[in-house]
Amino acid sequence: MNLDRELKIKADTKLVRRSIGDVLFSGLTGIFTLLTGAILVALATVLAIQAWPSIEKFGVSFFTSSVWDPVKEVFGAMPAVFGTLASSVLALVIAVPISLGTAIFLSELAPKWLRGPGSFVIEMLAAIPSVIIGLWGIFVMVPALRPVQVWLGAHLGSLPFFTGNPYIGFDMLAAALILAIMIIPIITTVSRDAIRAVPVAQKESMLALGATRWETLSRVVLPYCRSSLIGATILGLGRALGETMAVTMVIGNADNISLSLFSSATTIASKIASQFGEASGLGLSSLIELALILLAVSLIVNVIARLLVWKLTSVKAGRV
Amino acid sequence: MANFMTRRRLTNRLMIGLSGVAALIGMTLLALILGYTLIHGLSYINLDFLTNAYKPVGEAGGGMRNEIIGTLILVGLGSLIAIPIGLMTGLFLADFGSPRMASAFRFVADVLSGVPSIVVGVFAFAIVVKPMHSYSAFSGGIALAIIMIPIIARTAEEALRLVPISQREAALALGITRWRSVLGVVIPGAMTGIITGIMLGVARIAGETAPLLFTALGNNFGFNGLLKPIGALPLQIYHFALSPFKDQQQQAWAGAFLLIVLVLVVSIIVRWLSRGKKY
Repeated sequence: MNLDRELKIKADTKLVRRSIGDVLFSGLTGIFTLLTGAILVALATVLAIQAWPSIEKFGVSFFTSSVWDPVKEVFGAMPAVFGTLASSVLALVIAVPISLGTAIFLSELAPKWLRGPGSFVIEMLAAIPSVIIGLWGIFVMVPALRPVQVWLGAHLGSLPFFTGNPYIGFDMLAAALILAIMIIPIITTVSRDAIRAVPVAQKESMLALGATRWETLSRVVLPYCRSSLIGATILGLGRALGETMAVTMVIGNADNISLSLFSSATTIASKIASQFGEASGLGLSSLIELALILLAVSLIVNVIARLLVWKLTSVKAGRV
Repeated sequence: MANFMTRRRLTNRLMIGLSGVAALIGMTLLALILGYTLIHGLSYINLDFLTNAYKPVGEAGGGMRNEIIGTLILVGLGSLIAIPIGLMTGLFLADFGSPRMASAFRFVADVLSGVPSIVVGVFAFAIVVKPMHSYSAFSGGIALAIIMIPIIARTAEEALRLVPISQREAALALGITRWRSVLGVVIPGAMTGIITGIMLGVARIAGETAPLLFTALGNNFGFNGLLKPIGALPLQIYHFALSPFKDQQQQAWAGAFLLIVLVLVVSIIVRWLSRGKKY
């Protein structure tokens, strides 16, 4: 009897021995897993159905109009969409260099005794509830920023970014800074894991050729995990797009579209948070359409990010 | 040549220094937020705050007893729904699903955990609050559970995978069926990791505010049944933070202190439980 045949018989007996309990139990886990998947599908479907009156009424003009008038029942999402994108991109610009530096420090440069506690500290930052960061934003960060804003307004006020009233402090700048604080942990931890996954041999060979540490980092380590690092950034973007409480508390919540960092603004999430309670009818439907847009954007962003991050990190995940 | 060497060295020093500075900024931020909340909050906290119910502005001694209880109820409700679903999903991902199915649903769980919590709140509003015509503790629990499920599923999966294959084989070699070995050997072996995941989930949902804004809604007068609005610590912090009254702002800090201590303690326990293991 050849080996293949022997193995096949063994496999068959294995199948026969599968008890009813096994089938039931594995079926049960399958059903619960389907339920998890169904939640995601239900999220999209239910929001689409609830948003339908608004989708039907406003169509594409929902994105291009900046009127939000519950009395006349005319709703447009442009300021919220603009504010979401602007605050998230600004937050990324601030957070990415800090996160990348921290990740490099924690994975390559820091002495061994500092790596564990250092990582712990960054992870704790991720665990602080958004509402507390917002509270800190209102009472500590915004007052501290005001003098800086006044100075910027006085000296660079001719630039479009620093026009307007620098005294309020509840504006795009505050929102971007607070978002940056909130996404630093996620970008840092994912980047750190990616950098750690770079094979030691690659680094050693570069060092053996006489390269400095920075040369090794910039020409071997970072290029090696480039896609994961981009993934980490996009993951941070996804978090920033959907962040609600802290932003709502410091952004000023006004339907402005302005280049100025000193201008109060709004985001999709903060608009939903601040207006959902009072909305009804078409207004409610429009807010749900905003939620649907946010869901769609964050799904796309997350899918891209996960694919990029998985590409590298799933290889090292050796299993039993 | 010598010049070139120095420039390379200088760049090296500079960039390494910069990354150290970046790490310093990140950690300083945490220290600032954490330190300020803890010190500031502690100075406003007292027994009245823990044991008294909300009192209107002007009356002394108002506290957050009802909100603390409300948060416990909401977190309990969320956990009650999320733990079985999350655990079973984790089992499927680690043990029962075919590799292709498992990786597909692992992806789904990861994507679900990236859905903004406010969107989950709107969803819970649409499926529970709207049909039942009432804001309720129940709808808040549903929203929190949806946020918790992917966290539990993924950490449970990782924990289950850490159970050595030799243990599984030993159990099967004794002649018991696979599901009995999973229940009797694999799950107990992964119990620490599973509990870690549950606690991570609890720490996450305990501080969630956005999904509660239009599900649990808030209620200053205490628990009134699962189908009625209920207060929660984060919600009250939010309302008091926006309040013009000094007294309520101070209560917001005291509430923040409680919440942050809760989250810190849970995170440190999680860290301690999962020491030496890689999640």
